[in-house]
Amino acid sequence: MNAPLRRVGVVVIVLFGLLFANLNWIQAYKADEYRTSDYNGRVQVAKYDRKRGNIEAGGTALAVSKETDGELKYLRTYPGGAKYAHVLGYEPVNGSATGLERSENDFLAGTSDQLIVNRLRDMVTGDRTAGGNVLLTLSKRAQDVAYDQLRNNNRGANKGAAIALDPRTGAVQALVSIPSYDPNPLSSHSRNDATAAYNKLEQDRNRPLRNRALAEVLPPGSTFKIVVAAAALENGIGKDTNISAGPSYTPPTSGQSITNAAPSICPQSQVTLMKAVTDSCNTGFAQLGVQLGPDAIKKKAQEFGFEQEDLTVGRLGEGGHSVAASRTGSMENPDGGADPAALAQSSIGQRDVRMTPLEGAMIAAAVANNGSQMRPYLVRQLLAPDRTTVYDTAKPGELRRPVSGQVAADLRDMMVSVVRNGTGRNAQIDGYTVGGKTGTADVAPGVPPHSWFIGFALDKDGNPVSAVCVLLENGGDGGSAEAARIAGQIMRAAIAEPGGR
Amino acid sequence: MTAAATPASSPATAGERPGVRLARSRRNAELSLLLLAMALVAAYGAMVEAKVLDTVTPTFWVPAAALTAVFLGIHLVIRFLAPFADPALLPAVALLNGLGVGFLHRLDLANAAPEERAELATFAGIGGRQLAWTLISVILAAGLLALMRDHRSISRYAYTLGLAGIVLVMLPAVLPRSISEINGAKLWVRIGSFSIQPGEFAKLALLVFFAYYLVRKREVLSLASHRFLGIDFPRGRDLGPVLVVWVISLLVLVFEKDLGTSLLYFGMFVATVYIATERVSWLLIGLVLFFGGAYLAYVLGEAVGGPFANFYLRAEIWLDPFGDPYDKGYQLVQGLLALGTGGLFGAGPGGGQPLLLPEVQNDFIFAGIGEEIGLFGLSALLMIYLLIVERGLRAALAVRDSFGKLLAGGLAFTLALQVFVIVGGISKLIPLTGQTTPFLSAGGSSLMANWLIIAVLLRISDAGRRPVTGAGGKVNRPSGGPPEQLHGAPTEVIRP
Repeated sequence: MNAPLRRVGVVVIVLFGLLFANLNWIQAYKADEYRTSDYNGRVQVAKYDRKRGNIEAGGTALAVSKETDGELKYLRTYPGGAKYAHVLGYEPVNGSATGLERSENDFLAGTSDQLIVNRLRDMVTGDRTAGGNVLLTLSKRAQDVAYDQLRNNNRGANKGAAIALDPRTGAVQALVSIPSYDPNPLSSHSRNDATAAYNKLEQDRNRPLRNRALAEVLPPGSTFKIVVAAAALENGIGKDTNISAGPSYTPPTSGQSITNAAPSICPQSQVTLMKAVTDSCNTGFAQLGVQLGPDAIKKKAQEFGFEQEDLTVGRLGEGGHSVAASRTGSMENPDGGADPAALAQSSIGQRDVRMTPLEGAMIAAAVANNGSQMRPYLVRQLLAPDRTTVYDTAKPGELRRPVSGQVAADLRDMMVSVVRNGTGRNAQIDGYTVGGKTGTADVAPGVPPHSWFIGFALDKDGNPVSAVCVLLENGGDGGSAEAARIAGQIMRAAIAEPGGR
Repeated sequence: MTAAATPASSPATAGERPGVRLARSRRNAELSLLLLAMALVAAYGAMVEAKVLDTVTPTFWVPAAALTAVFLGIHLVIRFLAPFADPALLPAVALLNGLGVGFLHRLDLANAAPEERAELATFAGIGGRQLAWTLISVILAAGLLALMRDHRSISRYAYTLGLAGIVLVMLPAVLPRSISEINGAKLWVRIGSFSIQPGEFAKLALLVFFAYYLVRKREVLSLASHRFLGIDFPRGRDLGPVLVVWVISLLVLVFEKDLGTSLLYFGMFVATVYIATERVSWLLIGLVLFFGGAYLAYVLGEAVGGPFANFYLRAEIWLDPFGDPYDKGYQLVQGLLALGTGGLFGAGPGGGQPLLLPEVQNDFIFAGIGEEIGLFGLSALLMIYLLIVERGLRAALAVRDSFGKLLAGGLAFTLALQVFVIVGGISKLIPLTGQTTPFLSAGGSSLMANWLIIAVLLRISDAGRRPVTGAGGKVNRPSGGPPEQLHGAPTEVIRP
């Protein structure tokens, strides 16, 4: 029996050799990867030795690290609570940060290459200076109004979003998603409390952690008519050209008829494009879409920013929140030819058309800014720990040019008419020219439709000062009027306190 | 109810005995190694305190001294009752056990609020409890050494122990989940706040039975065979017992949701069959059956779920732990991160963050220690385990009777396999399963069972190293038993 015993001894040595080889793999080869892994709580513990920088807007700190007596020397707090949660994200002790806390982590933590001088100085002086500060473009007042008005909307909608941009720069003036959440418990030093808070939010049916302003795509309803109108204007149709309308329209090859929201809307067989936009004439736009064809509409939508999958909102050119791609969906038959039924429904923002609130605001901003769509951003400036040296002041840049100045001017006139004479009257602001477009997007029979408003405000010299999109999920019939009212309030606040650029 | 089992006492072929110096008991070497080990444990405790408390308390040596007293006790028992036992076994085990207690005390320090740490009682918390378990385990081991003056005497109870072993293995499987399941593995019996792992004791009981059964059957198992592809395969009817054990281990896999335990029992059996018969075919059959069974369980788990779902889940986590790093893969991910953070040299005793690891006092103790002592420290720990195992195998080589050879070889291999299963599990070499780390993990069942195994190995090594002519004319024979030559001991076929 001794020969097999010896062989068993060899087997044991082989087994232990495997363990040894594997430990070498983990503790030597993969050690750095594991040591700096996002999932490694130890990295975070070391991070708490240094005061993390502030995130501020308009001189108010929105994310501050406070000194504690505990083992982790600083506690991350969010004085603004739920109001700014979807902009800032949060920085948990365990797990990875979200939002700007994540994308601006290097600078806030003081480990960014830009702060190398500070770190070298620390090495000499032995200090541990704080991380750098991040200044945002947000207008505090616009954010306040957006959050309060959205939460207290008169339709009782508990889900929705609002986003306001400076059309000339792309600077975000307000960004709100409801329901929101308080990020403070999530950054608690008690891992159990933080996990419990996270799990509660994670399991909430209304998904408060979701950033609806950037990541939710829903059918845009009639707000999409601006895109179709732009395509029409570029295809030889003027704003005063008569287009076919009527109380009802049944696309060829389809039994399903398209009607208007009320019998009083464009019952006549012909209306001007201007009138069709102003009253949100479904039958007119359905026929216009069928006339233009799928390619023209899709191309225009893409030029306005649909289908873009890699857009981020944060620091210009440096990542940030990722933005979901808005989609036009298919408007063709399986054989590749135009599907009039799909085309008709898509032209009024139904069927498979999907849009984020940000995209809505960017359409309005491009129209307001003479056809130039600016790249949206949230970070205005990076400020060194000593608060004197300034890094990375945002340099606004054009993202794309969806329409010519002339087409933009025509679209502006039509959208102004919507607010002056049509469905968006609630958005009016004294002393300013406001334009916009309402939208009511059917979801399913028996489910209240989503309510949209996209719009802009021009000062008396015609300079655009704010562009906005408000979404009330399941806001119901007439919810778009409430969305228009909220949009007007947000823009009024943004005009009073423009925020940083 | 069992057949009157006779001590299996067939002598192994002469001439194969390794050149062990028989005349020296080496007890003083054991004593000095033991004191060295305890000095290491005391130094570890001091380093932990220096790091965690920024100061070394005047009482840092107390746990090490208590352990030293306990181990000196069993050293004296060995000196009188097993004077020729292997001198390296006790110090090696004592070092592991002592470091385990030290690390658990270190966890108590981390768990306490910072201002209470300096006043933390030496014998409080899981560290203190482990110290108490050490005392009980060592007393049990000493008791076994005293009762079992000849290892062959336990073969009398082979059938009883075999039955007891099967009952212990199956007990958690048949008990309701509320009593037997902890962290998804049905391995426990919980009575109030007290829980034991019967499987830990089953290893020893089953091995005694295997060794006894195989000594009786080894000739038929090794000689009657069909030759196929140049390898001798056993006859179909001789496969019966192997298939029974295979089925049992698969049942364990399915109903106790534990791959590790099932691998352990099956590996234990295949290894003893192989040692008994010297037939490679048994190893092949064993490997094919086990991996075939595991793969089948994986496929069934994916296709039909049910009782196989847990195994499928564990295999999926093993394949991609970072796929679900906060939920299903959390334990394994945290274990890997701890090991990786430790790197080559570790953060130093007391310098890690063991509380980030789930189950750090049990399954993940090796990862928790690894973060602080690094690759070099863990390699040393593995070497100590390897030393214990190889010393156990050496005892098997040295002892003269087949039963002792099989028992010692099987026990040593089982210990090795258990270390492989748990350390391989937490380091993502194999799917993770809930095994204790011998002598390190918190918990009485594991510590007691492993100390009993060490007692048996000490006893067998004593028998192997004892001078053939007998020391002082004392004959190692179960008291009261008739002289072995009067028994109908099976005739052994001596093969070249």
